Amino acid sequence: MIPPSSPMRRREERDGWLFASPWLLGFLLFTVGPMIASAFFAFTEYDVLTQPKWVGWANFDKALTDDPKVGQALKVTSIYAVVSVPLQILLGLCVALLLNTRIRGLQFYRTVYYLPSVLSGVAVALLWRWIYAPNFGLINSFLARFDIVGPGWLGDKDWALTSMIGMSLWHVGGGIVIYLAGLQGVPSELYEAVRVDGAGRGAAFWHITLPMITPVLFYNLVIGIITALQIFTQALIMTNGGPHEATLFIVLYLYRNAFQFFKMGYASVLAWILFGYILVLTLLVYRSSGFWVFYAGELKSR
Amino acid sequence: MSHLVLVAGGFFLMIPLAWMLSTSLKSLGTVMSLPPEWIPRTFHWENYADIFRLVPFGKYVWNTVVITLLDVVGKIVSCSLVAFAFARLRWRGREAMFLIMLATMMLPPQVTMIPQFVVFKHMELIDTIVPLVLPNWLGGPFLTFLLRQFFMSIPLDLDDAARIDGASNFGIYWRVVLPLSKPALAAVAIFMFNGSWNDFFGPLIYLHSRDKYTIALGLRSFQDQNYTEWHLLMAASLVAMLPVVLIFFFAQKYFIQGIVFTGVKG
Repeated sequence: MIPPSSPMRRREERDGWLFASPWLLGFLLFTVGPMIASAFFAFTEYDVLTQPKWVGWANFDKALTDDPKVGQALKVTSIYAVVSVPLQILLGLCVALLLNTRIRGLQFYRTVYYLPSVLSGVAVALLWRWIYAPNFGLINSFLARFDIVGPGWLGDKDWALTSMIGMSLWHVGGGIVIYLAGLQGVPSELYEAVRVDGAGRGAAFWHITLPMITPVLFYNLVIGIITALQIFTQALIMTNGGPHEATLFIVLYLYRNAFQFFKMGYASVLAWILFGYILVLTLLVYRSSGFWVFYAGELKSR
Repeated sequence: MSHLVLVAGGFFLMIPLAWMLSTSLKSLGTVMSLPPEWIPRTFHWENYADIFRLVPFGKYVWNTVVITLLDVVGKIVSCSLVAFAFARLRWRGREAMFLIMLATMMLPPQVTMIPQFVVFKHMELIDTIVPLVLPNWLGGPFLTFLLRQFFMSIPLDLDDAARIDGASNFGIYWRVVLPLSKPALAAVAIFMFNGSWNDFFGPLIYLHSRDKYTIALGLRSFQDQNYTEWHLLMAASLVAMLPVVLIFFFAQKYFIQGIVFTGVKG
């Protein structure tokens, strides 16, 4: 309609960059620049106050072969992500399926399930510390009614990580809204077709519902893993990595190195390890998606 | 049957909040009673006054409000401009830039955080709100993506019609696209409000003097000093959560639309 070399098109060309400039500036100043600097710091010893000192691969050597805390941090963080994310997805999906049956009071249930997932930060961490408190906390005072002496939860090295995972399930509602939207997007003709073929509700779920919402599950899995690997606030407030490093998550260990020991070089290496780890996991999930994620043509094209 | 399961599940999810409210109204003595009293015999409302008396909690609230408001405004302005460029304008490099922006979502903030800290340190901006607010005035992939998806759903004919009437690109952004995007803008505002209000890592590394603390930092230092006074800790936590809960109840619709827009149509 409008010729490509008209003044109007040229203005659009210029304005495109102009409108995008806040992000371009932010990208250069707060992403590209820092990434280059971080790659440089990784090869130095740097305490912010004095000049960085080049140390070659020493930081990498230490992190990968000589520092058992890195292994511990990766282990703890991985267990947390691998257990809590699938559990959240499974529970969230179950609730969404129950809500998707033209049930009365949908709004009410949705509010109740969704509310906890918008709450986060220090206040929530404090609340859960109190719930898990060994003497008068919610769980142990409930168990005491049955004369059961509960474990020390966050204070017990065998229970601390489990407690953190349990707490993460409080946020199960965040996914429910997305699953519900996904479920409601499944065309009803498909269900009618299988009903005509004489299939039961179980078959309809396995052959229609589940395949049709796999893209939504995939999205939640990827985002969930990335978020879970970066857990920090709970760890600092509730256990400070303890007891016996049972909850020494990778970002907490990074924070200590950077902002308590002022080892910026070593902390940068830890950040790159975390990034590499996220990339590998995401790539694995992405690779696997060919086997289990089903895109209906209309959903795939944007 | 499904009602039974749903009610039971919802009950479990609400217990922590009820427990928090109940504890916040008890005295130190009744907090430590077994079995716990769910409804305290006397309501100790003075706990809520005490937290403002024991620590400058009002100051923390004010500091948090200032940072959060600046963050929200900056995020809306910058993300909507950038999203407009990606959704409504044709320019060479657009697709490549959009892909790069999506790729940066994968980058954990921890990688860029240390050099950012170093730069702000050398600019002597530590212990000011600049490091917390400035990045939010320069876009950000998640919320830009959300807005871009919404802008794409507005018919392009509207832009063409406005152009024929002589509107500039900014005019189209301001008078056509933004007024039609209020639900998406509301979602962005809410998400940013939540993120900013609850942010802990940013204030933790950038704010050091007590009179600049946000609520998150205030709660943490309050915990360190009064780690067994659960009635006060719960009252303070409840105050910290209250704005988010209120916004949730009044704007649930936008929350849900925003989530659906990023999650399903992505």
